[in-house]
Amino acid sequence: MRLYRLLLRLYPTSFRHEYGEEMIRLFDERRRRAAGGVDRLGLWLESLRDALVTAPRVHLDILAQDLRYTRRTLARTPGFAVAAVVVMALGIGATTAVFSVADRVLLRPLPFEDPQRLVQVWESVPGYPLLEPAPVNYRDWKAMASSFDQLEAHVEQSVNLVRADPIRVDGAALTGGLLPMLGVAPALGRFFTEEESRHGGPDVVIVSDRLWQRAFGADAAILGTPLKLDDRTYTIVGVMPREFHFPDRTTDLWVPLTFEPSMFVDGDNNFLRVLGRLKPGATLEGARAEMEAVATALQQVRPKENAQTLAALRRLEDQVSWQSRLLLRVLAGASLCLLLIASTNLASLLLTRFAARRRELTVRAALGAGRERLTRQLLTESLALSLLGGASGVGVAYVATPLLARLVPTNLPVPDATVLDPRVLLVAAAVTIVTGIAFGVLPAWRISRGARTISLREGARGSAGGRERLRAALVTAQIAASIALLVATVLLARALGRVQSVDPGFQAAGVLTLRTALPFERYQTTSSRVRFYDGVLAGVSALPGVSAAAYTSFTPLIMRGGIWPVEMPGLAPQDVDVHTASLRFLTPKYFAALDIPILQGRDFSPSDTFDAPFVAVVSESFAKRYWPDGSPLGRTFTIAFDERTIVGVAGDVRVRGLEQTSEPQVYVPYTQVRDGWMPYYVPKDLLIRTAGDPLALVPAVRQIVRAADPELPVADIRSMEDVVALQTAPRRTQTAVLGLFAGMALLLAAIGLHGLLSFGVSQRRQEIGVRIALGAPRANVLRLVLRESAMLAVLGGVAGLALAYAAARGFDSLLAGVQPNDPWTYAGAAFVTVLVTLSGSLVPALRALRVDPVGALRAE
Amino acid sequence: MHIDPAEVESLLPLPPATFHILLALAEDERHGYAIILDVLSRTGGAVRLSAGTLYRSIQRMQEQGLIEESRRRPAPDEDDERRRYYLLTPFGAAVARAEARRLTQLVRLARESGFAPGKA
Repeated sequence: MRLYRLLLRLYPTSFRHEYGEEMIRLFDERRRRAAGGVDRLGLWLESLRDALVTAPRVHLDILAQDLRYTRRTLARTPGFAVAAVVVMALGIGATTAVFSVADRVLLRPLPFEDPQRLVQVWESVPGYPLLEPAPVNYRDWKAMASSFDQLEAHVEQSVNLVRADPIRVDGAALTGGLLPMLGVAPALGRFFTEEESRHGGPDVVIVSDRLWQRAFGADAAILGTPLKLDDRTYTIVGVMPREFHFPDRTTDLWVPLTFEPSMFVDGDNNFLRVLGRLKPGATLEGARAEMEAVATALQQVRPKENAQTLAALRRLEDQVSWQSRLLLRVLAGASLCLLLIASTNLASLLLTRFAARRRELTVRAALGAGRERLTRQLLTESLALSLLGGASGVGVAYVATPLLARLVPTNLPVPDATVLDPRVLLVAAAVTIVTGIAFGVLPAWRISRGARTISLREGARGSAGGRERLRAALVTAQIAASIALLVATVLLARALGRVQSVDPGFQAAGVLTLRTALPFERYQTTSSRVRFYDGVLAGVSALPGVSAAAYTSFTPLIMRGGIWPVEMPGLAPQDVDVHTASLRFLTPKYFAALDIPILQGRDFSPSDTFDAPFVAVVSESFAKRYWPDGSPLGRTFTIAFDERTIVGVAGDVRVRGLEQTSEPQVYVPYTQVRDGWMPYYVPKDLLIRTAGDPLALVPAVRQIVRAADPELPVADIRSMEDVVALQTAPRRTQTAVLGLFAGMALLLAAIGLHGLLSFGVSQRRQEIGVRIALGAPRANVLRLVLRESAMLAVLGGVAGLALAYAAARGFDSLLAGVQPNDPWTYAGAAFVTVLVTLSGSLVPALRALRVDPVGALRAE
Repeated sequence: MHIDPAEVESLLPLPPATFHILLALAEDERHGYAIILDVLSRTGGAVRLSAGTLYRSIQRMQEQGLIEESRRRPAPDEDDERRRYYLLTPFGAAVARAEARRLTQLVRLARESGFAPGKA
C-alpha cells in the first residue's frame, strides 16, 4: 500500500489531494479481490503502467488549463499584458545584445586549436614594452628556445589586387608553419608547401572566404588560378573558411613570408610579429623565464643592436585591450542592471495584479484549489509573460546587436557579432526562464501563502502589508539601479565630451583622405614616383573647390606607427629608443591641406629636390625637446640615414589618437630619399582640402588616379571628419547605449513607484476617507502619500549614488580625467531622483486627495 | 440554466472514457469504483477504466462542468463517509446527448456506405 502511495507521487499534488484517497481505496479493493500472487502481480504491473501513462497527462491537462486561463486573464487586461511584455523585452533584449558582443570579445576562446597555448613574442626595450621583433632575433629565438612546439612569424602586407577594377586588399605574409599551427583547415585547397615557404619559392596565395566570394563569385574551381598582386603573379592554392580571421578581421589573403639572407644582418630591422605555440604542459611563466635567458644571451651576441633588448610574451587571447574589456564590462553591468529593473518591475506588476485578484484567488483557494495549484497557475502566468517578453527581446537584440558590433575591436581574429547564434539564443532563453520563474515564484509563493489565511470577507486586508514591503524593496532597488546607471552615463558622456574637444592638431572639416599604394617594384625610383604624384596632384588641385592637396606617408590617426630614431651630436647612443620621432615624407602643401599651422619658417617647396640641401620641418614639441630656448631654424639632426636642416616648425598633431600621447613629428620632403630606400615610408595617402563635401570629389579623383596609373586601386576613402569621429566611436556607442539604458531604467522606476503608491492609496482608501471625514487637512493626506515615496527615494537614491561611485571607481580609467566623484554629476542625479519620485507620486497623491469620504466609508 | 450549444459542440468528439463515465452517471450518482464497475458491466467486460484514466477524466470533466461532486449523501447505511460521489450536470447531460447524436449520425453514414453490421 505504501508502495502505491509512492506511485501516486507522480501525480500533481492537487490531483493527489483530490483523488488520492479514492485511488488508494480502489486499488485496495481490487487487491483484496485478487485471487493469488499472479493476479496481484498483474494488478501491480497494471497500476504501474497506469500511473506512468496518466500522470504526465494530468500534468499536461493542468498546464493546458492554466494556459487557457492565462490567455483569458491577459486578454481581459491587455494594458498590463503589454506593459509586462515590453518591460521584459527591453530587459532581455538589452542583456542578449550586450552578451552577444561581450561573448565574442571576453568569453569565447579564440577560434583556433588550443588557443591558450598560442603566445605572442615581442622584443622589449626601455620605452617600448612590445616592439616588433627583427628577423635575426626571430631566427635565433627559434633556434634557441625550447618551450615552444613552433615559433612562427607574420607581417601585415597589403597589396593591390590588379584587375579591370583594381582593389586594395589587406593581407598578411606568414611563415610556412603558421596556418597549420593555428589548426584551422582550409575550406578549399591546401596550406603552403615546404618549397613555397622557402626564399625564392613559387609565388602562391591563400585567399579568405570573403575575398573568394567578392572577387571570384565563390568559384569552386578557383584553385590554380593566377592572381596579380601589385606587380607579381601568384597562384591561388587555398581558400580559408568563413570564420577564419588572422591576424585581423580585415585580412583577406595570405602569402608565404620568406627571408632573404640580407634580412638577417640588421638587428634593428623591427617589423615582424611572432606567434608561438607552447609545448603541451609548458607554462607561460616557464617560457618567459627561458626567453629572458635567450634574450640575455643574444645581448652578448649582438652587443650593439641588442644592448637592451629583452623578450616579452603575451597570450594571443590577452591582446584585447583593457579599454575594450572595460567598455564591455561597463555595458554588461548596465544591461544586468536594466534586466534587474525590468524583472523587479515584472514582479511588481504581478504583485499588484495578484493583489487586485486576491478575492478571485481566495475564492479559488476556498473552492479547494490547493496552494500548489495556485502557485502553478501564477507561475504559468509569469512564465508565459516572460516567454513572450523574451521572444520580443530576441527581436530587440536582433536589431541592437549590429549597433553594438563596433565595440568589437577590428584587430581581433574573431567573426563579427552581427548575428545571433544558438549560444546567444540559449543564454536569452535561460535568462527568460530564470527571470520568469524567479520573479513569478516570489509573488506566487506569497500570494498562495496568503490565500490560505485570508478570509473571504470583502475588504479584508490579509497579508497586504507584507507584500507592500516587498514591493517597496523592489522599487527601492529600481531607483538605486537607475540612479547608478544615470551617474555612469553622465560621467562617461562628460568623458566623451572631453575626448571630443581634444584638438587633433589639424582641421578635419572639408578634408578627404584616400590611399593609392604604389607597388614598390615599379616605383622604386624617386623620379618615377614624382611623375605619379605630380600628375595626380595637378589634376586634383584643378578640381573646383579644392584649395590644397598633398601626399604623405601616413594619414594621422589612421597610421599610428612609422617611428624613426633621431640622431644628433650629444645624444647618448643607449638612449636611442627614447629619441624617436614620428616620421613622414610629404609633398608640398601638406600643412595647408590639413590646416596645420606653420609656426616658424616655411613649408617644403618644389625646389627641395634630391640635389638641394636636405631639409626637415619639425613639430613644436620636437623643437622644444631639443632647443627649449633658441630657435630651431637652421639646426641640423640626422633622421632616415641623412643629416637634415630644419626649415620650419609646425603645430603638434595627435598622430597616435586623441587619447594617446604621440611622439614629436618630423616631416621631410618626398624627394629627399635615395632610390629604393625606405619603401615603407613612400607617400601613399592623399589628403585633399575642399570647400564643398569632400566625398563628392571621389569620382573625379578616381578618374585622375586611373589616368596616372590604371592598375592602382583607390582605397580607404574617408572624410577626415569620419576619421576623427571614429576615434570616439566606441565611446559614443557605449555612452548612447548607457544613456538609453538609464532612460529606460528611470522610466521603469517611475512606473514602479507609481504602481506601488497607487496600490497603497487604493488599499488605504477607507483610512484616508476616515481621516478626511474626521477633518484632517488635505496637507496631512498628501503627506501620508509623499512620506512613503520620499522614504523610498532617499533610500534608493543614497544606495544608487553609492553604487554609482563604486562603479565609477571601477571604470575610472575610462573617464579621461573626469573625476569619479564629480559633485555636479551626483547632485544632478539626486535632482533627477527627486523629479522621478515626484512624477511617480503625482497621480497617486492627487487620487488620495480626491478620495470621497462618504463613498469610501460606504464601500466598507 | 442556459446551455450554450456552441460550448457543447466545442467539446465534441468526446474521448471514449469521458463518454463512458457520462453514461455511467446517467441514472444515478456514483463513486469512482462504482463507475468502473458500471462501465465494465455495461460493455460486457470490454472497457476497464484504470484508476489514473478515471480520475484524470473526472478532473477534466469537473473543470469542463460536465459532472460535479454530489453534496447529497446516499442512505447512511450504504454511505462510506469518505467516498466522493459524482453526478451529471445538465450541461453534462446535454453534451452526452450531443455526442450520442453525433455517433448515431456517423453510424448512419457508415450504414449508407454499406459498412455497418446488421441490416445492410
